[in-house]
Amino acid sequence: MGVEGIGSRVLRKEDKRFLTGKGRYTDDMVVPGMKHAVFVRSPHAHAKITGISTGAALKMPGVIGVLTGKELKADGIGNLICGWMIQSKDGTPMKMGAWSPLATDTVRYVGDAVAIVVADTKGEARDAAEAVEIAYEELPVVVSAVEALKPGAPQVHPEAPGNLIFDWDIGDEKATADAFARAAHVTTLDIDNNRLVPNAMEPRAALGQYDAAEDHYTCWTTSQNPHVARLVMSAFYNVAPENKLRVIAPDVGGGFGSKIFIYPEEIVCLWASKKTGVPVKWVADRTESFLCDAHGRDHATHAQIAFDKDHKILGLKVETIANLGAYMSLFSSSVPTYLYATLLSGQYDIPAIHANVKTVYTNTAPVDAYRGAGRPEASYVLERIMETAARELKISPAELRRRNFIRAFPHQTPVIMAYDAGDFDATLDASMKAADYAGFEKRRTEAAGRGKLRGIGMSCYIEACGIAPSAAVGALGAGVGLWESAEVRVNAVGTIEILTGSHSHGQGHETTFAQLAAERFGVPLDSISIVHGDTDKVQMGMGTYGSRSGAVGMSAVVKAMDKVEAKAKKIAAHLLEADEADIEIKDGNVRVAGTDKSLPWFQVALASYTAHNLPSGMEPGLKETAFYDPSNFTFPAGCYICEVEIDPETGTTKIVQFVAADDFGKIINPMIVEGQVHGGLAQGIGQALLEGTHYDESGQLLTASYMDYTMPRAQDLPSFNIMTTETPCPSNPLGIKGCGEAGAIGSPPAVMNAITDAIRNNSLSMPATPQKVWAAIQAAK
Amino acid sequence: MTKAFWEEPMAKVELVVNGRAVKGEAEDRTLLVHFLRENLGLTGTHVGCDTSQCGACVVHVDGRAVKSCTMLAVQASGAEVTTIEGIALNGELHPVQTAFREHHGLQCGFCTPGMIMSSVDMIRRHPEGLDEATVRAELEGNICRCTGYHNIVQAVLDASEKMGKGAVKAA
Repeated sequence: MGVEGIGSRVLRKEDKRFLTGKGRYTDDMVVPGMKHAVFVRSPHAHAKITGISTGAALKMPGVIGVLTGKELKADGIGNLICGWMIQSKDGTPMKMGAWSPLATDTVRYVGDAVAIVVADTKGEARDAAEAVEIAYEELPVVVSAVEALKPGAPQVHPEAPGNLIFDWDIGDEKATADAFARAAHVTTLDIDNNRLVPNAMEPRAALGQYDAAEDHYTCWTTSQNPHVARLVMSAFYNVAPENKLRVIAPDVGGGFGSKIFIYPEEIVCLWASKKTGVPVKWVADRTESFLCDAHGRDHATHAQIAFDKDHKILGLKVETIANLGAYMSLFSSSVPTYLYATLLSGQYDIPAIHANVKTVYTNTAPVDAYRGAGRPEASYVLERIMETAARELKISPAELRRRNFIRAFPHQTPVIMAYDAGDFDATLDASMKAADYAGFEKRRTEAAGRGKLRGIGMSCYIEACGIAPSAAVGALGAGVGLWESAEVRVNAVGTIEILTGSHSHGQGHETTFAQLAAERFGVPLDSISIVHGDTDKVQMGMGTYGSRSGAVGMSAVVKAMDKVEAKAKKIAAHLLEADEADIEIKDGNVRVAGTDKSLPWFQVALASYTAHNLPSGMEPGLKETAFYDPSNFTFPAGCYICEVEIDPETGTTKIVQFVAADDFGKIINPMIVEGQVHGGLAQGIGQALLEGTHYDESGQLLTASYMDYTMPRAQDLPSFNIMTTETPCPSNPLGIKGCGEAGAIGSPPAVMNAITDAIRNNSLSMPATPQKVWAAIQAAK
Repeated sequence: MTKAFWEEPMAKVELVVNGRAVKGEAEDRTLLVHFLRENLGLTGTHVGCDTSQCGACVVHVDGRAVKSCTMLAVQASGAEVTTIEGIALNGELHPVQTAFREHHGLQCGFCTPGMIMSSVDMIRRHPEGLDEATVRAELEGNICRCTGYHNIVQAVLDASEKMGKGAVKAA
């Protein structure tokens, strides 16, 4: 490893622009003649639209246009769709209700877009939006998924009777029932996974520009996957054919899943630009983000786990009701199914698993992938029930887990996943040692002496990343392949550009992707640039989510570098009159191994472009493209230990230590990986302690600003004690597993296990606010 | 009916921004953050919320950290304003900027300008030095969704120490 190569703690190349205020986010973009848009949104959670009058708004100062869904439909703009087909257990396809980018006859959640106002300034657009008159006839509302399934519940979409989108199952129901029949002990847990709002700090935004002369559209948008946005907007929403639509996702201020999906706003801004003849920019305000960004989680689960007399797991039964909100967002159906139930085996050898998932429409914001997407929900069910079982069985939670760990790989679980590598004892040992788990009872006693309740909890998570083998996900219903592409361009002077379909919105790709080429070609980092986020610059790509940029995106770069290296060696062998097999690239030189015959890297690059003296028949140039399609998922895993101290008088929880031991396989840049873990932990701890999303019975979102939704602040969190172990991933060339989501997956159960241990009451739901914790303490008395 | 331009209430705003005298006109309701971003093109100052909670818009007004979304542009008229674009001198990063880089105290970069402007002010107000608890408490008005604050806290402590204040060790 060189000082800038793989495994080096290299400071980020991209930092300077962010530190000096020179980042370029969508809201920073200005194009000539640009005007501003405000969406008119439904104030009702469920209502019929009986009339829309735009006349008064059109007369307001500065207004250029007021457009509605009727005109959008007339122009042939299509409905939004969910791109992953799930079939119910009876073989019927999921029941998708229509979602028009601008509602025409019915609104189904507070925030549903009805019209767009375009004006000279945002202030004028906002004033005019107030003047758009929409007559509504209110309809009955349902916000809870459990309530929505009850007979007589308000009907959200005509296409989905009883609000049931699909009733899906996985695993072997009979084998699981048989396992439970043999059980010496069964632990049962009813458990909710709270709805969260992703809250990337940069609100979503879109700038649509239509060029009438070229009949061409450009969209700047806050996207984690601009190519997917272009594909979907072209193929399904009829905005424009792909060759006439350029999508640019410039600097993007965090995503966490919420910027994967294609939302109504970018479609409408592009269309409105053509209709009004001016470039149209929309930037969400924060309340708009709360109302309309896809939310995460929102599961209600009944789970049972069966043990034999030796505390070995015999089987697991899970029934989950998942709230998908008012419309099916782009990947919504995959989250509570193939990203959730396939991980229910956790780190354990469980012979029989059966899970049933019912997904439901309600009058709430659409729910889709949020950091972890399904895997945090799986981890939460399994790791809470394991800790609960250990308490019931009066065995150490660590010992119960250890007794059931998978130790032989590959391991085929009963729920599709085939784990390829791991060492679960290693992460458990590392975290127990770092947390001084053995010394905990002493600390508990000491805290009790001060009148405080101290508790400890652990969580051994596993997740599936490197999403995903295209044929496998295709067979499971995915509408797209989940490969990644890369192009490695060596310029004539030896500098390198790497074009990738991955998108960086905080992950530091401009540094880590460059480290790959620095390692391979011995070129300084400063001579390597990463190009991403623009469909005109980068060939097709699938974007960044599911911790896939390392395992999939970087693997594509490696494949392209392999081709570049092979060609460079051929050229060098020819120039040096040596055998190609004897050529090596080292420290910026291409040389004949074991001799002093050598060419500087740039000279080989230059030779490829001058083409004066290339091997016979070789094409000029030194630039290669590759597509990498993974052969398996990757399986990051780890053990997190949380220790809390609770004030029984106030119910306030303080995290006194948090230890995270993760196995991410090979690591390219430890500094970046640590940052990813820190951020994931903050989001997971936020879910466990602070973040609750509340709709009232009429479907109004009560937590729609930072005044009401508790974001984790610096004071709410401890410093983290994190470490990694390593079993390389066997399925990709770099041995990478992925690190983006682990923190958010493993931490909520650890926190809740610690709190329930401290208060000796297992009936506590997230977020464990002081009020809830205090009430649980009183109930346990 | 569109109003003629002279019917719109426009206020004159004169400021010194990052050491340069600037003037412009803005609607009465224009917030300082929008004046900086839209009139002056200083887009480093960000808008992350509508309720003065997130702190992405923090700038210095007459030397003190202010959320520029809580102030009208006209209220700031006559003041000296420093934005994130103005704290690096002659191409040299400010010690707080350097510390954020060295400690990986930023990821997506959106909260970063506000975090840095708040931190510079925090270090100025604590000549006795800073400890972890104080830094965490003082960052109450700045939200970051990426970093979990761990490395931001390290960066502020390090910058405070390097700026010659000497951090007080946490008890």
